[in-house]
Amino acid sequence: MRAPLSWLREYVELPAGETGRDVQAKLISAGLEVETVEQLGAGLKGPLVVGKVLTIEELEGFKKPIRFCTVDVGDANGTGEPQEIVCGARNFAVGDKVVVVLPGAVLPGDFQIAARKTYGKTSHGMICSGEELGMGDDGSHGIIVLPPEHEAGTDAIELLELVDEVLDIAVTPDRGYALSLRGVAREAAIAYGVSLRDPALIDVPAPNAFGYPVKVADPVGCDRFTARTVTGLDPEARSPIWLQRRLQKVGMRPISLAVDITNYVMFELGQPLHAYDRSRLDGPIGVRRALPGEKLTTLDDVERTLDPEDLVITDNSGAIGLAGVMGGANTEIAAPATDPETGAVSGTTEIVIEAAHFAPVAIARAARRHKLASEASKRFERGSDPLATSAAAQRAVDLLTGLAGGTADAGVTEVVSPSAPRTVSMAADHPDRVAGTEYGRETVVRRLQEIGCDVYGSDELIVTVPSWRPDLAFPNDLAEEVIRLEGYETLPSTLPRPPAGRGLTASQRLRRRVGRALAGAGYVEAPSYPFVGAEVFDHFGLDADDPRRRTVIVANPLSDTEPGLRTTLLPGLLATLRRNLGRGAHDLALFETGLVFRPTGDETVPPRLPVDRRPTDEEIARLQEALPGQPRRVGVVLSGARERAGWWGAGAPATWADAVEAGRTVAREAGVELIVRQDQHAPYHPGRCAALYAVVDGAETLVGNAGELHPRVTKALGLPERTCAMELDLDQVERAGGARPTGPRVSTFPVATQDVALVVDTAVPAADVERALREGAGELLESLRLFDIFTGEQIGEGRKSLAYALRFRAPDRTLTADETTAAREAAVAAAHASTGAVLRGA
Amino acid sequence: MSAPNKSYDPVEVEALKPEEIERMRDAALAAIAAAGDLDALAHVKTAHTGGASPLALANREIGALPPQAKAEAGKRVGQARGAVNKALAGRQAELEAERDARVLVEEAVDVTLPHDRRPAGARHPLTTLSERIEDIFVAMGYEVAEGPEVESEWFNFDALNISVDNPVRSEQDTFFVQGADGTEDSGVVLRTHTSGVQIRSLLDREPPVYVIAPGRVYRSDELDATHTPVFMQVELLAVDEGLTMADLKGTLDHMVVSLFGEGMKTRLRPNHFPFTEPSAEMDMVCYVCRGDSVGNPDRPCRTCSSEGWIELGGCGMVNPKVLVACGVDPRKYSGFAFGFGIERMLMFRHSVEDMRDIVEGDVRFTLPFGMEI
Ligand SMILES: [Zn+2]
Repeated sequence: MRAPLSWLREYVELPAGETGRDVQAKLISAGLEVETVEQLGAGLKGPLVVGKVLTIEELEGFKKPIRFCTVDVGDANGTGEPQEIVCGARNFAVGDKVVVVLPGAVLPGDFQIAARKTYGKTSHGMICSGEELGMGDDGSHGIIVLPPEHEAGTDAIELLELVDEVLDIAVTPDRGYALSLRGVAREAAIAYGVSLRDPALIDVPAPNAFGYPVKVADPVGCDRFTARTVTGLDPEARSPIWLQRRLQKVGMRPISLAVDITNYVMFELGQPLHAYDRSRLDGPIGVRRALPGEKLTTLDDVERTLDPEDLVITDNSGAIGLAGVMGGANTEIAAPATDPETGAVSGTTEIVIEAAHFAPVAIARAARRHKLASEASKRFERGSDPLATSAAAQRAVDLLTGLAGGTADAGVTEVVSPSAPRTVSMAADHPDRVAGTEYGRETVVRRLQEIGCDVYGSDELIVTVPSWRPDLAFPNDLAEEVIRLEGYETLPSTLPRPPAGRGLTASQRLRRRVGRALAGAGYVEAPSYPFVGAEVFDHFGLDADDPRRRTVIVANPLSDTEPGLRTTLLPGLLATLRRNLGRGAHDLALFETGLVFRPTGDETVPPRLPVDRRPTDEEIARLQEALPGQPRRVGVVLSGARERAGWWGAGAPATWADAVEAGRTVAREAGVELIVRQDQHAPYHPGRCAALYAVVDGAETLVGNAGELHPRVTKALGLPERTCAMELDLDQVERAGGARPTGPRVSTFPVATQDVALVVDTAVPAADVERALREGAGELLESLRLFDIFTGEQIGEGRKSLAYALRFRAPDRTLTADETTAAREAAVAAAHASTGAVLRGA
Repeated sequence: MSAPNKSYDPVEVEALKPEEIERMRDAALAAIAAAGDLDALAHVKTAHTGGASPLALANREIGALPPQAKAEAGKRVGQARGAVNKALAGRQAELEAERDARVLVEEAVDVTLPHDRRPAGARHPLTTLSERIEDIFVAMGYEVAEGPEVESEWFNFDALNISVDNPVRSEQDTFFVQGADGTEDSGVVLRTHTSGVQIRSLLDREPPVYVIAPGRVYRSDELDATHTPVFMQVELLAVDEGLTMADLKGTLDHMVVSLFGEGMKTRLRPNHFPFTEPSAEMDMVCYVCRGDSVGNPDRPCRTCSSEGWIELGGCGMVNPKVLVACGVDPRKYSGFAFGFGIERMLMFRHSVEDMRDIVEGDVRFTLPFGMEI
């Protein structure tokens, strides 16, 4: 909402010298978001005067038509002689009144005016267009031609109200009344503690039976409809300068007197009006819901198919307007047209004014449905003042009769569905209790009265809210009014005392540890967008029925190629990896923790639950059933060197083993020992893929995978060969962990070390051999470590030798050589039994 | 060793003559002093103190002396050997010190060599900033609450008094999940704020409820320098008996002081949200210029555009309608809530100029933030 300060001053006596910025500050602290203060005519300096065109000489021989004019500027040039001016515009004739800027003046944009030679003549000034004067678009794109009554030499800066300040206010949806000068003025009056001259307080005639007939078939959608008729309008009448200027300042383009007047009244009072050409109306005006398939061509010349929920204005011919949103083309006010033969001007001479109140929701829905947000719908959907219709219609009638020579018809139509004033009861100290400070009853009552409420009662206040404040319905709404008018800045600053808390949950602490552990291990956290498309799963080489292909689909995705939500973290991580590589990075290790979205297949449409009570547990469960599974995952990707080469020696490339180790790093933070098994699982290399298991609730459960990506996958994704990845279900890992470790007894007896080299088939997983050794070695085994793997002729084709260091120790004694040997032999025997391992060289 | 011989005359034993012992001692001392390195000294040691050395041999002869002569001869030889051993130890220490000094010099390295063998890692500043904010409130007794990112409309909108006609429930603002049968009316959305978590908290717990809800949220905006369709939010909810707007203000003040340092404060400006009443926009003093840039064109501030204040987010007193929808009696309890975006906070707290740097995962952006923020 744009509010010119000059217009505002008409209703509020602001202190003299108060600037737009001052008013802005006051209004902001009262809760009107004045975003900017536009300085109209900033830097403008005269002389800028009304001129009368005396002669026009067309100059020939230039690329564009040029006129050499003499203009009477009265005494403004000091001599009274005609002013010689060269002008490129053509929309004026001898005798027209124009705006002339004389040498020495400065136009907006620091445009200095001086006499200058041009087109072979000397131009002593300029004939001005609206644009050059910073007046905004007047639609003419030519110079300004003024109504003939203005005297040559008159100061045009004042005449055109060129210097002004305009407040631009962002109005929140609850405060539709502020979409009018009347509403802004009310706030300004309160902010300055002065009285308001309410432009809606005007005399209106009582309704009678001989106004234009109106039948409201839907009193819910339209509870008030005022119709007034004005006849005998002069089709040639133009909007006066002051009217045009005010419309320009609020951002509207002057169009024709009748339309300008309806717009003017809308900005003044907040009541949208519609003007019908009475000669084009066929029978009574009606208000009803649209019929299925009904069509209407709106003023913007778009034919629209109406929805049965749309509220329409009708006459005998059918729909003539989309109520509260936009009128129809068939009853539009005719633009004045001049008969080329006779010179007679024809146009609309009889107008029916509509001033109605429509249900906000009906208008909001229609505007959205037809993607037609108009100045009218903007006001109706926020709730207009239902009691302003007759005053607004009267204002329009007054302006039409005053400016267009019309006669007000004595008929006054008012269709009203009776409604009682709305009251809210509120404890007098409620605002105090909401704010946490003491205003006192007197202040509360005064503030409520200032915004237009009637207040009764002592401890319990009965508050009748004003008709223009449909947003005031509950005690807190009233408390807000009191608090904002007293100033949010006066609120004290206190701290509540919550009950003692229990800190982060185990899961939250785990997530932080995992993040730190991975970052400590050289991984950089890289959260990615969760949007995916089918293509990445093709690149991953997933089977057609792979569950990861079944994604939650976004109905209105940002990109049509990525309508799904991730079912794995890898697509996002790999895309981030590629982006980094593309920017010249190498040796990358990234990680992400976040939710993935796994449809259960059993999702139901959730019930539409009420909000006037707590939902039952069963209802909450049904809301929950509508949602997909959303487990939390952690993933890593690696490419390039894990350890760089340097002066210290060779580096080490990132391998599948680093990926598996990342999984172990995560699990370790949860106190979980991962069980690693060989696996074949897209998008991993079939020979370099680990399945990661953990014991969850007593059962070995697959919790993730790690390994090197399949060469086809890296190629398809444009990634370096040997790119590695790991992904774990963090929720599952968390469930697998959590056991409180018992403090180990630290033995101080000496350790006995035994090395064994075991030969097994290449296909035997080292993990199996290790597990068997541990089991066989028994309690004396303190630790076991694989320190070498050997293959070669000595071992034999298809065989490998695994060398382990076993450390034995007893808690209570020094082990004898026999005990140690026996334990080692038991370990080897167990390995032999379960994996066929034999001692190397045996 | 020879057996004592009573008939033996010590004077006759050449090796035990005082001058002879002196000579042996002096020869040893001279050799020790002349030993140039530890190897040479080892040879000298063997030659002059070993079993076959003259002094050792002389010592052996003492036993052959008559008892009256033994003491004197023993004393003489003992003194000589003591002097030699002492000189030997002294020289040994000297030579070891020399060697150590030389070797340590030889072993010196260039400690300024870089050692970037294992590239460093880092956590994302959105995570660490969120944690930092969580910690402020956890320290006050709040719990950190979480909930699903794909959320039902009832939790995301209805329960928060956001009616079906509110424009935020349009495709311009909200991502809607397609229903199982391909319909758009699945009743499920990508949450547009973490307020659904507040509702869940109120349903899960009996008041008093003090929770902070950080998390990812979604709005259908295109990514540009100041917008991202996926962002992090922190929301706070407190529901208790007698909570006031002053408590809200104090809580906000405490937060900005904790995050930005002493002297920081907030400002509330009236605004409108369906889920709070009264509602406010919250600003904090610009922590860069502390307001000094206002009306001071010589010292403009880019962080706050010389406004002196930075807009943080929305807040207010929980709308009693929201409490009713959660089964909390608004006559007994009141509450306050606020929410803001972590990205924006990160941008002005750490002078990040482009949103894309925050969301694109470029390691060059993330690494400087390290482990905590
Ligand atoms: Zn600043």
